Amino acid sequence: MTIPLETSLHELADPRRELEGIEVTQYSQDELNYFYKTMCRIRTVEQVLAQLVLDNEVKCPCHLGVGQEAVSVGVSHALKTTDYAFGNHRSHAHYLALGGELEQLMAEVFGKVTGCSKGMGGSMHIFTENSAFKGAVPIVAGTISIAVGAGIAAKMDGKQAISIAYFGDGASEEGTFHESLNLAGIYNLPVLFVCENNLYSSHLDINMRQRGDRIARFADAHKIPSRVVDGNNITEVENAARELVKIAREGKGPVFLEAVTYRWLGHVGPHENIDVGVRRSREEIDAWKLRDPIKRLADAMVASKIATLDDLREIQVEVDNEVNQAVIKARNAPYPEKSALLDLVYA
Amino acid sequence: MNELKNVNYGTAIRQGFQYLMENHSNVFTIGQGLWSPWYVGNSMTDLDKEFGKERVLDTPVSEHACTGAAIGASLCGYRPIVIHPRVDFMLLAVDQIVNQAAKWGHMLGGQARPAVTIRGIINRGGEQGAQHSQSLHSWFAHIPGLRVVMPASVQDARDLLIASVLSDDPVVYMDDRWLYDLEADLPLATDIKLDNQGPKIIKQGKDITLVAASYSVELCRQAAELLEQQGVSAEVIDLRVLNPYDPNEIVSSVGKTGKLLAVDGDWRTCGYAGEIIASVVEQLDKKVIARRITLPDAPAPTSRELENIYYPKVDEVVSAALSIHNRV
Repeated sequence: MTIPLETSLHELADPRRELEGIEVTQYSQDELNYFYKTMCRIRTVEQVLAQLVLDNEVKCPCHLGVGQEAVSVGVSHALKTTDYAFGNHRSHAHYLALGGELEQLMAEVFGKVTGCSKGMGGSMHIFTENSAFKGAVPIVAGTISIAVGAGIAAKMDGKQAISIAYFGDGASEEGTFHESLNLAGIYNLPVLFVCENNLYSSHLDINMRQRGDRIARFADAHKIPSRVVDGNNITEVENAARELVKIAREGKGPVFLEAVTYRWLGHVGPHENIDVGVRRSREEIDAWKLRDPIKRLADAMVASKIATLDDLREIQVEVDNEVNQAVIKARNAPYPEKSALLDLVYA
Repeated sequence: MNELKNVNYGTAIRQGFQYLMENHSNVFTIGQGLWSPWYVGNSMTDLDKEFGKERVLDTPVSEHACTGAAIGASLCGYRPIVIHPRVDFMLLAVDQIVNQAAKWGHMLGGQARPAVTIRGIINRGGEQGAQHSQSLHSWFAHIPGLRVVMPASVQDARDLLIASVLSDDPVVYMDDRWLYDLEADLPLATDIKLDNQGPKIIKQGKDITLVAASYSVELCRQAAELLEQQGVSAEVIDLRVLNPYDPNEIVSSVGKTGKLLAVDGDWRTCGYAGEIIASVVEQLDKKVIARRITLPDAPAPTSRELENIYYPKVDEVVSAALSIHNRV
């Protein structure tokens, strides 16, 4: 008997259909406030960056993930600082959600020596020393196998750490994605694969690139347990991530989370890129904005009387101040010494 | 480990693995064929039995992911050696080697370094042809951030492996199967710093400077003996470390001889032989007569008649050296 692979995301990929409201009862007020504030911080940083790019103050390519905040924040809540997470070209959220310093991120995007990569990386090459976030670089699918290797290290260490590979739906079309799933499976490694399926590569709709929009079908093919979730529902993401992380931590091998989401802006830069995508339209973007992960959490918190609108506005004001301070500090910070160009090539 | 008599090059590589795995618990090795006796000659025989299959990982047929995995483990405190039994197949991992390993430290501000060794085995001749015979060391040496080493002697086969693995930078270590039967005595192994290693004079001379790496050093060594019989005193320099390249030893030798022959088992255009000559000529004000012997700019052929003219031989090195020597 053959079981047909599920290839379709159904309503998760169709923003005209309504999804369930966000279930908040299992979380404390502190946790929910933390989710809300962290998502607001990520969004504010990226919106400010979009403006700085428009103002020509920031020049390096910024791949913004506005609209996708719930994925990083939900996944990170299930992780420990001793885990090893690797990102990609669109990793501001991964970095911030795992506790990377906001000021250092901002300085990095400005190319300043006070940045998280000492001004050598810009938006696309970011790092933290003290959190689980061990690096993001922009070659598509480039860090998936690197995370598998971190899984080898974690398994050899025997301390129940896990590794995390963040990648998008486009990366699932690279050969190394399949090599990496296979390797993690055959070595039974503690790796959490997180696919942020935002339904677009740089410009092409997933249906123009694959026979099916459900990326987790590749995990099925490698016998890796997976969950496919509404990536704009923070508690659904968090629940699934926690459940999968437990499996990996217990030494039961790799796991796969597909979080279906949507980026409000284009592949790179501050514009909506309606004219760039072959299918991407004003109607589609507007429909997806009704699934705003931050607004949905806010609605649930207010409805269940965990917070008032004023409480939430206050959080946003705190975040605005924090981000503004970071911009001012980044502006005033020095660039790397010219000697860094050659001095950093080798250890 | 005691001093060893009459060790061959392949066994010396294995001695390097053994030393590293006995003395450094964070060393492991991963690659295709590591549990099979026929894949990597005698250079890794039974390491899996001695150190366990958890530290000697045979792999699926996935050069890219296995190399990426070695890089990832190296970012988490390990010093892996990823094995590519043929350089040709290592090209499937070039993205990880060039885009990730070589650049990781620089682009992240020097805060994390992939201390990974990428071993590529050169395996030529035997009518294996275009996709089983490449070396491409000039390509890899072109990349800032990669260290590239090529042992030409039995002792270097072991010691440059030890130095590569103990380096905090990514290192491409390339050994050549044509050298596996070389024999020499091996002194005791110790930890070695790659920073302190570089080109080395292996035979002194005053009339002409011969420079080469890997198997080409063997050609030059034999050519130098024949030249000696004809009254020509050739100085032979073994490059050993191709990147970062330190030309000082070569420049001072040519400063003395005024004549330079670069012999390289890689292609001519944009190849290492050209780099050697350029690095010397731009630093010396005196007149230098320089020539190079390289592979012809063609893929490796299979037919034995063509293969026979493809690879440089000792007599070509001798006659090129004589023709330079006889010019005034």
